[in-house]
Amino acid sequence: MIEIGLNHYLVLSTILFAIGLVGVMKRKNLLMLFFATEILLNSVNISFAAISHYYGDLTGQMFAFFVIAIAASEVAVGLGLLIVWHKRYNNIDLDFMTRMKG
Amino acid sequence: MFEAIAFYLFAFLTIAMFYITVTTSQALYALTALAAGMIFISAFFFILGADFLGAVQIVVYSGAVMALYAFGMMFFDTTREVQEKKGNQYLVVGLATISAVLAVLIFSAPIISDNITALYPVGTHGNTQEVGMVLFTKYLVPFEVAAVMLLVAMIAGIVLAGKKMDESLTLMTEEEIKDMRAEKMRPKDLK
Repeated sequence: MIEIGLNHYLVLSTILFAIGLVGVMKRKNLLMLFFATEILLNSVNISFAAISHYYGDLTGQMFAFFVIAIAASEVAVGLGLLIVWHKRYNNIDLDFMTRMKG
Repeated sequence: MFEAIAFYLFAFLTIAMFYITVTTSQALYALTALAAGMIFISAFFFILGADFLGAVQIVVYSGAVMALYAFGMMFFDTTREVQEKKGNQYLVVGLATISAVLAVLIFSAPIISDNITALYPVGTHGNTQEVGMVLFTKYLVPFEVAAVMLLVAMIAGIVLAGKKMDESLTLMTEEEIKDMRAEKMRPKDLK
């Protein structure tokens, strides 16, 4: 209980991942869906850093860096598309985006 | 001892913040709680000795990403309540928990079997120096590819949400684009 091991971090990462998945499944607003995706990416980053620390290997941290880079570009492109969609239809609900034709 | 106290404190704070992010019906509350949760997550990185990763987490997530979201939210109507899907809540929570446990098991399977060896052992230098040495030798090509990907994302963001939105091709119908092309093709003196 007092000694913090790898399992503690893995359990924490599981809890955060579950919270993010609940958000992805129950949100209808696309902006809120993006927030939930950020939570998912961050929980994975925690487990990468923890494994990297407890096994004395830097590769986990490297992957966490690349995950952060991917998250940043996802936000840039996703928010741009979202703004275009909102200017055109004045609505960012998922149920409204059921057809693929632009 | 202090490590345990810090871990439990930040674990509780992070879970509380992300719970607020997922459950609140106000977009502004969700954004603020998410930013707070990102900063608390960087505390785990500092506890784990990944100093550079913690700094990058604060700079990129709570700085850049949150600022982007804040700017994006100025375009949307954030004062009205966010609508939720009406479904079976227990099913959603159960499915999410099962998927999360499965994902973590997939990650930890090679660890439990003790099948991994440290390729890049943590040495005696500082964390930042070691990260630099590994990043610019073994992971140089992925690093460059990530840089190109960020450039592509930046150009996409400028094209999609930049200025002169009234002339943006992504917002126009086909007829408007044809009209604009015809307008450009016509010589000025004939007008």
